[in-house]
Amino acid sequence: MLFMKTKFLIIILLMFNIKLSADENIGIDTKIFKNLRCLVCQGQTIAESNSDFAQTIKIVVRDKISQGRNEKEIYEFLSEKYGEWIVYKPKFNYINSFLWISPYIVLILGGYLIFKYIRKRRQ
Amino acid sequence: MKMSFLKIISFFLVIFTIVVFFIALNIDKRYNTENIVGKKIDNFKIKVLSHDQIFENKDLSNNKYHLINVWASWCLPCKEEHPILMKLSKDDNLNLIGINFKDKKKNANSFLKNLGNPYNIILSDTDGTSSISFGVFGVPETILINEKQIVIKKFIGPLDTNDYKNILNVIYEN
Repeated sequence: MLFMKTKFLIIILLMFNIKLSADENIGIDTKIFKNLRCLVCQGQTIAESNSDFAQTIKIVVRDKISQGRNEKEIYEFLSEKYGEWIVYKPKFNYINSFLWISPYIVLILGGYLIFKYIRKRRQ
Repeated sequence: MKMSFLKIISFFLVIFTIVVFFIALNIDKRYNTENIVGKKIDNFKIKVLSHDQIFENKDLSNNKYHLINVWASWCLPCKEEHPILMKLSKDDNLNLIGINFKDKKKNANSFLKNLGNPYNIILSDTDGTSSISFGVFGVPETILINEKQIVIKKFIGPLDTNDYKNILNVIYEN
């Protein structure tokens, strides 16, 4: 019985390990495609889309990678042409800093309110 | 006192949510040309359609306005705007550059043979990658640049008579 359990545990661990290594093997190109918006599609990333535009962007991104450009430079190049809207993850700057910080503020505030409420009910 | 504090917090949370939704839902998410207008075009090297020569920025004359038109023979709106381009081609102060987008040379030539050739030079972007430097995401698109290669206007979709007047106004106002 113990042997069966150990075997089961090893299989689970192996599966998890395979999953982890598969994630590690995702190329930088796929990572970039997943963070780019297909401008001619309905809510799809460049990675998901088979549109003409997405295919062209994929070629351009791969070309830029082979030219030695890094992820940030590629986002900058495309944002310059199509606006920041093409990148899913917005840049952290003074305009959208509130957007980045506000969920944490709401989380802390919400946590504080719940804590206060529970404490009050116990009393 | 404690309850009023809770009420104030809740009130601000509601206001915050409304403001976030109001701003987010009112943002215009359509592609616009504001990112490239006023900027110098990138350096480019594109193959000429008729032969193996390469055309690049330095080949653009620096005493004229240039109208870069991205088109394809398979694109129906390109046929629609073609008479406007033919009219613009008669203007000596404008240099018309056609970028043939994801097209076959044979089809492009046949398109121009049937409808007329308005371009001073035709470039061939067979995989569409060169057009990305001009912020193109479909055809037809037209970019008006000045002699310093600064983008003055970008037209998305087929040119119409208003665009024709706009282009001439820009050229002759300056």
